[in-house]
Amino acid sequence: MAKEKIIELLNISKIYDGNPVVKNISLSIKRGEFVTLLGPSGCGKTTTLRMIAGFERPDSGQIFFNGKNISNVPPHKRNINTVFQKYALFPHLNVFNNIAFGLKIKKVPDGEPYEKDGVKYQNVRSLTKDEITTKVNKALEMVDLADFGYRHVDSLSGGQQQRVAIARALVNEPEVLLLDEPLGALDLKMRKDMQLELMSMHKKLGITFIYVTHDQEEALTMSDTIVVMDRGVIQQIGSPVKIYDEPANIFVADFIGESNIYTGIMNKDYVVSFLGKQFTCVDKGFKYDEPIDVIIRPEDIKVVSADDKKCLMCVEVLSSVFKGNYYQTTCLTCDEDTYGDRNEILVHDNVECTVGEIIGLYIKPFDLHIMRKSRVVNKLITHMEDNFVVDICGGKFECMADLPADTPVEVEVEFDDVLIIDDENDGTICAEVVESIYKGSYYLCILRTDDYYEFFVDTLDEWNKGDRVGININADKIKITPIEVNDEQE
Amino acid sequence: MNKSSSNQQSRRALMISRKVFSYPYLIFMLIFVVVPLVMILFNAFIKDDSFTLANFVTFFSQREGLAILGNSLVLGFATTIICLLLGYPVAYILARYHVKTRTLALLFIVPMWINFLIRTLAIKEIFMTLDVKLGMGTVLFGMIYNYLPFMILPLHTTLTSIDKSYGEAANDLGCDEVSVFARVTLPLSVPGIISGITMVFIPTISTFAISQYLSERTVMLFGDSIDMMFKLTETWGVGSVMSLVMLVLVIIANVLLNRFNKDTTKGGGLV
Repeated sequence: MAKEKIIELLNISKIYDGNPVVKNISLSIKRGEFVTLLGPSGCGKTTTLRMIAGFERPDSGQIFFNGKNISNVPPHKRNINTVFQKYALFPHLNVFNNIAFGLKIKKVPDGEPYEKDGVKYQNVRSLTKDEITTKVNKALEMVDLADFGYRHVDSLSGGQQQRVAIARALVNEPEVLLLDEPLGALDLKMRKDMQLELMSMHKKLGITFIYVTHDQEEALTMSDTIVVMDRGVIQQIGSPVKIYDEPANIFVADFIGESNIYTGIMNKDYVVSFLGKQFTCVDKGFKYDEPIDVIIRPEDIKVVSADDKKCLMCVEVLSSVFKGNYYQTTCLTCDEDTYGDRNEILVHDNVECTVGEIIGLYIKPFDLHIMRKSRVVNKLITHMEDNFVVDICGGKFECMADLPADTPVEVEVEFDDVLIIDDENDGTICAEVVESIYKGSYYLCILRTDDYYEFFVDTLDEWNKGDRVGININADKIKITPIEVNDEQE
Repeated sequence: MNKSSSNQQSRRALMISRKVFSYPYLIFMLIFVVVPLVMILFNAFIKDDSFTLANFVTFFSQREGLAILGNSLVLGFATTIICLLLGYPVAYILARYHVKTRTLALLFIVPMWINFLIRTLAIKEIFMTLDVKLGMGTVLFGMIYNYLPFMILPLHTTLTSIDKSYGEAANDLGCDEVSVFARVTLPLSVPGIISGITMVFIPTISTFAISQYLSERTVMLFGDSIDMMFKLTETWGVGSVMSLVMLVLVIIANVLLNRFNKDTTKGGGLV
């Protein structure tokens, strides 16, 4: 069977009250695939699913289903069914009637299509009672609830309600099944069982599943393709193995599995330096001395003795915890990096280490994942508020530029020049912490201001996601360049 | 064993101590509900200081009295149905389009702050100024005007409590907006409908002031004639019989509504 595209999203954006929830995403899904939209809460994955289902209209962009633009088609005319997060089983109907709900509305072609006055007609009819009963019973059997037809939905356990919800969607024979965190309300064991069942259902039915979850393990277990979303943007699309082994950026690496993430510099092809040392790697094609991020999975780091020939760096053991099939060892580098900091390294290896011991670490060049930084400096276009005062995200910041009011300017601020203030009222502008990634000796935080600009900030403190903070920037740290305005606009 | 029995004992002690709090209400109910009911029951069987069924005979043999009862029931049904037809769309729109509770209060609750007799008299004045003939029509208007909020409020509560995802699920399974309403919203709002009906129908069949004021006593309702029996003619026995008939009607209405409610939605009864 040819794997043609069944669903295609083209430059989709969705804004709620000025908040861009989904930003210009494009995605195509092949027929029969099991696709998972994965991301932390608030990343836009559920909104994306709801746009595919038709409950939300995109503010811009198009959605194609079998090549047809369905962006403005209401949900009841799409051959797509949804399993809702809280199941949404109708409380006034029993299990049988819940499942039969869609079938009772459905119209099927009756007889051969005919032509009259050059217009094609097709008679339709409702399904007969017997047809409905047969289909519902088959669906009940498929989800192992054969004798539950006349039970009331309230009398079912969470897992059983889940199965009814799946049966209710599948009985309509949709081409695409959407699942919105369907296992979120189940306990761990039930969740594992349902994961396997959903996978076997997917295999048996051969229809397309689009699954939304924030549980990375669930996504890695079940999917053919994972779409990692963060802050309304698709960060990476790929198979579970690819997503895990070759994360596209630090956000994906941080979200999926555990990782050591460091900032480094690509000295030349196949040579990278970070943690104050040079390493051989397998990457090339970067600019000379380009700043990059390095990601190393803890299980890719091997413990060797400090005087071993293979030893790439010496570290001091901070803690070593037995985790069943490996020891989780936290180490601190003996040498300082270029900023004069010692960095933490997380190692998963089956060697037990004693606290305080100096050990050597070895990493294969292949296991150093090197990626371009998505941003090296905070840059935004704004205007002067007054001489020596610039407007940044609605706040008035003092600066060193003597430019008249309303001069359009470009502002640049380095990551570590943005000061985070604990009390949002003490900052010149307020922002919400949307990301906090540990980079060995400091945190990379992303702060979203109230007008949705994202500041990248290097900070020594850990800030919790969702916290409200204030932002200050010292006057001498704001770099201002006036920009020329197109005369045509005037 | 020992531990559990002592546990039980302490729990029993706790229950007794909790019960004490209900005594004031029990006493209140006894004096102001049970005793009057017993007195009515007693009065119904007494005529000229002797125990007799004569009062029942008097009531059920008078054509006039039965006609008034019939009138009251018809008016009660009409009021309830019109209130439901007017109130449902209002409640639906308020719930659906997230109208602020304050707006709701302003529209439907603030008028209730004004004494209902004053409101009724005001309507009467308006009708008189407009030269509308007072009669059955104006009484019906007054009833609807006074009882509409009691229909809207329970409906609004029920409709806002219906989870949005049910509508979406129905949409997803092939319903357009009209059939979402018919197949999901309407059945799920039955408890609200029942409670609205109860709160409108039962008062309308027993009220007396509205009909008195808005018809210049040309329309007699059951409540009016009970009122008259006690106040004007002082035939307490027949008045008591009529009160009992009223009580039986209310009980029947409640039982029927509750049964209907249980049949359609399990455990959603508000009354």
